[in-house]
Parts: sequence; C-alpha cells; structure tokens
Amino acid sequence: MSYLKGEGMTGGYGGADILHDCSISVDKGEIAVIVGPNGAGKSTAMKALFGMLNLREGAVTLGETDVTHLTPQARVEAGMSFVPQVRNVFPTMSVEENLEMGGVLRDGPLTETIEEVYELFPALREKRHQHAGELSGGQRQQVAVGRALMTRPKLLMLDEPTAGVSPVVMDELFDRIIEVARTGIAILMVEQNARQALEIADKGYVLVQGSNRFTDTGAALLADPDVRKSFLGG
Amino acid sequence: MKTLRNPFFLFGAYGVCLVLIALLQSVQLALGILGLGLISAIMALGINIQWGYAGLLNIGAMGFAAIGGATAVWVAADPVPAAWSAGGADLLLALFVVLGAVVIILVLNRVMPSSAFQKICTLAVGLLAFVIARPLFGKAVEAIEAVDPALSGYLGGLGAPILLSWMIGALVAAGAAWVIGKIALGLRADYLAIATLGIAEIVVAILKHEDWLTRGVKNVVGLPRPVPYEVDLVEMPWVLSLSNTLGTSADDMAAILVRLSYCVLFAVVLLALLWLSEVALRAPWGRMMRAIRDNEVAARAMGKNVTKLHLRVFILGSAVVAMAGAMLVTLDGQFTPGTYQPLRFTFLIWIMVIIGGSGNNWGALLGGLVIWMFWVEAEPIGLAIVSLLVAVLPEGNEIRDHILGNAAQMRLALMGALLLLALRFTPRGLIPERQVDTRGR
Amino acid sequence: MQDYANAALLLTNYLVVPGIAYGCQLALGALGVTLIFSVLRFSNFAHGELMSAGTMFAIFATWGFQAMGLSFGPVPTALVALPFAILASIAVVLLTDKAIYRFYRIKRSDPVILLIVSIGVMFVMAGLIRFLIGPDDRTFNDGARFILKAREVKDYLGLSEGVTIKTSQAITVLVASIAAGLLFWFLEKTKTGKMMRAFSDNEDLALLSGINPERIVKLAWVLAAVLATIAGTLYGLDKSYKPFVFQQLLLPIFAAAIVGGLGNPLGAVIGGFVIAFSEVALTYAYTKFLAYTLPPAWVPDGLVQFLPTDYKFAISFVILVLILLYRPTGILRGKTL
Repeated sequence: MSYLKGEGMTGGYGGADILHDCSISVDKGEIAVIVGPNGAGKSTAMKALFGMLNLREGAVTLGETDVTHLTPQARVEAGMSFVPQVRNVFPTMSVEENLEMGGVLRDGPLTETIEEVYELFPALREKRHQHAGELSGGQRQQVAVGRALMTRPKLLMLDEPTAGVSPVVMDELFDRIIEVARTGIAILMVEQNARQALEIADKGYVLVQGSNRFTDTGAALLADPDVRKSFLGG
Repeated sequence: MKTLRNPFFLFGAYGVCLVLIALLQSVQLALGILGLGLISAIMALGINIQWGYAGLLNIGAMGFAAIGGATAVWVAADPVPAAWSAGGADLLLALFVVLGAVVIILVLNRVMPSSAFQKICTLAVGLLAFVIARPLFGKAVEAIEAVDPALSGYLGGLGAPILLSWMIGALVAAGAAWVIGKIALGLRADYLAIATLGIAEIVVAILKHEDWLTRGVKNVVGLPRPVPYEVDLVEMPWVLSLSNTLGTSADDMAAILVRLSYCVLFAVVLLALLWLSEVALRAPWGRMMRAIRDNEVAARAMGKNVTKLHLRVFILGSAVVAMAGAMLVTLDGQFTPGTYQPLRFTFLIWIMVIIGGSGNNWGALLGGLVIWMFWVEAEPIGLAIVSLLVAVLPEGNEIRDHILGNAAQMRLALMGALLLLALRFTPRGLIPERQVDTRGR
Repeated sequence: MQDYANAALLLTNYLVVPGIAYGCQLALGALGVTLIFSVLRFSNFAHGELMSAGTMFAIFATWGFQAMGLSFGPVPTALVALPFAILASIAVVLLTDKAIYRFYRIKRSDPVILLIVSIGVMFVMAGLIRFLIGPDDRTFNDGARFILKAREVKDYLGLSEGVTIKTSQAITVLVASIAAGLLFWFLEKTKTGKMMRAFSDNEDLALLSGINPERIVKLAWVLAAVLATIAGTLYGLDKSYKPFVFQQLLLPIFAAAIVGGLGNPLGAVIGGFVIAFSEVALTYAYTKFLAYTLPPAWVPDGLVQFLPTDYKFAISFVILVLILLYRPTGILRGKTL
C-alpha cells in the first residue's frame, strides 16, 4: 500500500478530458518520476493529484485518508507540498523570507527547519538576505524546493524542477532530491530530462495521451527497448 | 423576461414614457429630454466604440465633449478684430517660437545620438523657448483680455456656420486623442483610465482659466443657431395657422418647432453614426477589434499591431464624443466651461453604455435615451420622495432642514448605485452584445 | 550675504515646509492606493472618497468631543478623534468589500471591471458624504495655529524673511512618519506583513503555501482605511475640508503611486514627495527670490511663475506622462501587466 495513491483519475480543465484512467502512486522514501512526450498530461496528472483540477472519476488517497475532494490548501495541511514549474518563488522577498512563507501554516519557530534547508542547500545560506528574484536559475529552484520543504511535508511534488537549468546544476539538484528522499519523504516529479530522471527513480511512469503506457522501476524502464526507442531517443 | 429584453419593446417603452411626459408635464420638456437624450446617445456611442469594441477605458469623455464645445465657439462666434490687432501678433509670435522649438527638438533627437548631451540640448532648447515665449504670451493675453472685457475680451471665432463645428470639433478632438493615445495606449488599462481622467480635467481647467481663448468662466453666449429663432417663427403665417389648428399659443408652437428641428438634426447625425458603426462592427475590421478585445495575446501572436488598431479606435470614439459636445453647445447656444462636471459628462455616459449594453450600438443608443430621461426625472421624483419621508418631522426641525437642503447630493449616490446594480445584475446590459464567436476555433 | 540668507529662508518658508507637509499627505494617500493595487490588483478610484469619508468621521468625532466640552490644549481635537474615525472607516471598507468587491473577486473578474466598480463606489460614497455633512467648506482645526511664527524668526535672526511652521504641518510630518514607519515595520518584520507581501508577489504560490487570501484582502482594506483616514484628516487640518476636493486629489495621488512604481510602498512615498515638490515649486512665484539673488538690473518684473496655481493638478499629470513615456514601471520598479 503506497503512501500517495491516485487511482483511475479521469478529468480535465472543464473541456475534454485530458487524463484517462490514469493511476500513479508513490511510497515514503521513494522517488517516482512521470515522463512522457509533450502534451501527454504529465503536469495535468500532477495537478490532479494536488487538487488543482476537478476529477470526474477516480480517487486520490494520502496515507489512510481520502483527499479527492480537498482543496490544494487543505492538502498542504495534510502533508503534501508542491513546487510549480514556473513562478515558484516570491521574487521581491529575501531567500529567508521565502522559506518563512513556506512555513506559515506551522506554529512555533521555524529556525530549525530553515537550518535544515540551509544544510541541504548551503549556497542559500550565503544568499539568505538576497531577493529570490535576483538569484540564478538553479539557486531559484533550490529556494523553490526549500520553500516546499518548510511545511515538513511527507510528500514533495516537483513539476519539472530542472527545466531551463544547466546539466551540472541538474545533477546537483537531483543529488539533493535523493538526499531529501532518504529522510523518508515521498517524492513525485514530472521531468523532461527523462533519462537522467529515470536513473534516480525508484519508480517510473510513462504517460501517453493521459493514460499509463509503461510503469516499472526506473532501471527497468531504462532497460526496456520499447521505452528507449519511443521516449528516450534510442 | 424575454419580452423585456426585446429591443422593440424597450424603445417602445421609452416612446410611451416620452409621450406621458409630454402630456403630464409639457411637450417642450419632452422634446428637450429627447434632444439631450439624442446627444447623450451619440456620446454613449463614442464611448461604446472604445469600450465595447476594443475594451479601452476612457474616463475622460468630459474633456472631449468640452473640446467639441470650445470648437463650436471658435467656429461660430463672431471674430473680434480688435483683440486680434491688440494681441494677435504677439500671440502668433509666441506660438511660432514654441513650434520652432518643437521642430528643433525633433530634429535634434533625430540627428544626434541618444546621450546625456542630447538630453541637455533638448532641455536647453525647451527652456529657451519658454523664456522667450512666456513674456510674449503674457503680453498678448493681457492685451486681448483688455479689449472690451465686459462683452468680448477674447479672440472670438471665425463667424462660420455652427454646423461646421460638429465636424471640426470631431477633428480637433481626434488630434488630441492621437496625442493621448500615443502616450497611454499599449500600457496597462488603468494608465489609460488615469491619463484620460487627467487630460479631461486639464482641458476643462484651460477652458475655465484662459479667458483669451473662450472667455473662461465669463462664458460665451448668443452663439448663432442652425435653426430659426422663435421670434422669427411667430411672425410666420404657417406657424400661426398651425398653432390655431392645434389650439396652442403661437409662442408655444414656435418653441416646440425649434426643439423639434434640433431633434431632427440630432437624429440625422445619430442615425448616420449608428449606420456607420453597425457597418464597421460587421465588417472584418469590427470582428478583428472584438477578437483583439477578447484575446489580446493571441491577436498579438498572430502579428496584429494591436496598439495601432487601438489608437484608431480611441481616436474615432473620442471624435464622436467631441461631435456630441459641439452639438450640445449648439443646442444651448452658449459655452459655459463651469458646467463641465465629470459626473454629468463622463460617468453618466458610462452608465448609459453599461446599462444599455456594452458592445452593442443599439444598446448604447437606448442607454443614452433612457438614462438621460432618468437623470432629468430623478431630481423631481427623488425630491418628492425625500419630502414625503421627512414630512413626519416638524417644520423647522434641524434634521429635516439638513435632509431637504442636501437631498440634491443624493443624485450622485443614486447614479453610483445604479452603475453598481447594473454591473452586478445585468453586466451585459439591456440589449446585450450579439454573441459572435471571435475566438476562431 | 544677508540677501542669500533671506532667499534661503524665503524658499524654506514657501517651498520646503509646505512641500514636505503636502508630500506626507500625498504619500499616505498613495500608500493606500498601492496596497490595494498589490493585493487586490486593481486601481481603486474610490480611494479619494475613502479619505474624504475618514475625514468626515474625524470631524463628526471632533464635534462630539467639542459638544462634551473636551479640549486638548494645543493639540487639535481631530487628532484625538482620529482613532474613532479610523474605526468607522474600517467598518465602511469591510462592508463595501463584503457587499460589492467580494463578488467580483470570487468571479475572478478582470481588473478593469473592478476599476469601473470602484468608480461606482466612488459616486455612492461621494453622494452619501455630501448628503451627511453637506458640500460646504469646513475648518476643524481647533489647536494651536503655529509652532514657529515668521515674526519670531525674523526678530531672532535680524533678517527680513522668516519661516512659519503651522502646527498642522508639524503634526502632519510627525503622524505621517509614525504611520509610514509602522506600516513598513509591519510589512518587513511581522509574519502577517510578510504574508501580505508574499501574496502580492505571487498569488498562486501564496495559496500553495497555505496563506489565506480572504484574510490578506481584509487586512489590505483595513490598512488602506487607516492610511486614508489619516491622510485625509491631516490634509483637512492643514488646509480645510471640502468634499469635492478629494475627487481632484485622486489625480496627484495616483500620479504619486504610479510615478513611484505602482504596487511598491517605498515608491509611493517617493512619488508623493516628487509630485508634491513639483507642484509647489512650479506654481511658486519666484519674483522675490530673484530680487534677493540677482543684481537689481536683472530682476524681471511681473510674476516669475512657471504655471498659474489653477493648473496645479496639471503638473502631476505631466510628471505622470513623462514617467509613462520614459519608465513605465515607475521610479522604483512596480508591477506591470
């Protein structure tokens, strides 16, 4: 029984359905990656899991609770956390304030958690008083991930965290994400850089036109000739 | 509900109300309401072209109406040769200096590379022009305003037929709109709103304070009419016989005839504009404008020069408003800058457009007619209601006096409430825009 | 040398002191406009009338105190009445928000629609205010008139020019500094203030972080009401209270907010002073100043004035236009669409 489970999700943004009977699950301490061609509904699946889209059919459960009808805000309180692909920091606020905003839902001091984020991303400690909008792309992603970790989530969802960053920065970011997963947090991400992402994934989902096409461990998908040919460019 | 939304029913109801006013109050009042209603409808049409077609927020209708009104003075008032000989030369010289400076600055900006030195030169030329022109201008103004101040004290007009000013007023306003549009279009929608609000206030301030131009708050009265005068009409045998047959006095008959002829003139202009607007709305141009309004990003992506098209619409709409402004001064026979109030000339027009139905020319027409009638009749009706309400209070009571004394102010609140109610409950207006799918799917 | 000292005193008296006081009043007004803009994302045209309403409440409370025979020595009664006026204004904005603006917020209407709605609110408020207090001009400053009189300065320095500082001007600077200081402290240092900035910075992310939007919106209205009431009352104390003035104040206030960078609080303050000083400096007649500083033969006769005072508000407009042309996002960068 996985920690987060979306089963038979079907729905769209009011018009035609984008997701068709799509199922995705991830367990604590695990990294699950959603890959697929453009327009496959990867981000939509993510939004469906986070309640930013109305499902016609299907259910989403988190641990023992059914969260299908909760608002995104309520899901944050339930232990989910989401890093959007773009506009994922508060640009005119300092790095530290960004982190504080991640933790507004929590009572009590945040210093300890902020310290943990700085441990994870040491570069942010140096830039703590700089505006997030002035940081480089990679550091901005670190702020975005850091902000999402401030709620001490049990599940962290990332929408294309490496979009537009250099390969070096991408590797670095993936290393950090592995570190986060080792602390027992479930990680679910959508990725364009399918090969690199599957390399670190415990579980991979290949979506095509809103449905599951292949589901396996990351390594198995990388080894699968069909997947390689159609989605990983040979 | 469906019949209530039928345009024929709505216009019919307006007609019935007008007849009731004619019977209960007076024919002259009814025709007066109709005349001003037609002018209001033209203004509403102008604002509708901007807001309804293109989503441009012009809250400076007052300024354009005032420009039109001032043009009526410049076109139709008698020239004052004495004023021209007293200060004309200096005034033209000052104007020449300013124009020269503008030309020099434009040339400088074109020839010289953009640099701090260029900016300093621009500033220096501007300052020099100011230093030279300002005393010349001051002297000219003093001389002009000294010429028979009780009667003229201004440059006067061309002495041409006042009907010409309807066209010329529109042209002058088009020029002003071009300048404003160049600056404020293409920026946030709010900025256009604030810019038009500001320019309207400035136009009215200039017309109020520059006595040499339009006599300022001393007003220009007795502008020539495009229709016969009552005193001449009562002499005409056919008027006398007509009044005999209808059983009215000759004076009343003449007054009715004058108002009627104004109404006919206004109606002709209104129908012509309405026809043009409808043709434009149905033409590919109109479809494109609405497509841009509904999805500006997509239109830009398709390579449309949105800002340029918006500028055209802005100019057109402002010209129509100014034309109505000139017509209003023609009807009044006088130009009184003090009467230009934002409530009456900007927001009332907006209420007309929104209640009538933004994006629909017939809606703007209906809104103009109906809201003007409401505006005129709201005062006596409102006053009657207030008097009834305070009747429970004894005569001489302080609160009663206060309420009666300030009741007129409630008109402001009423019109605001009307706008809010319309926005909330019939956001698409009495005659909604015909739904054409402009998204092009 | 004495001439230059006189010239400096002259400018201080007629430019600097009134400019600072007016700048404070505009800055407070512009802060309110900018706050509503950054949180609710529309230009609130009813803000001028909100200032007017706040001032009216302050006047009513002043009359109440006076009727009770209370007086506070050199301090104007209106200053003591201010908290009551603020409470009344807060009630007004929260009610307006609930009855009117909230509907469009839930519908996620275009900001332009909200702008038109605010125009409707502006007229309703203007009508009610004029109905309640009447359209006349009112002076309600019952405190000490002056802190520093020109005569005293002249005698003390032995010069022919002096500097007058009205109590209302000193109070304006003091109260405005405290209010602006508290506002900046709130926005920069408190958790709620930071949440407000976060909401203004990136609404979607603020929602994802669990920030309650309705709370932020309510707070923005409360702050706007507080600032508007203070700004209006200070303006009324310094000059006088005339309901229709506030419609004209709208232009300099918006100009201040836009010039500084719409949505940027610090920009609103800077914009307020830019507009105030330009207005005062360009409508001031420099004849006497030139008489002090230039050789007698060079002194021009007649008023040396850039613009007659009748065109005061045209200045804010021209500055606005220049900024829109050269730096559409304002001096400090504000939001653009």
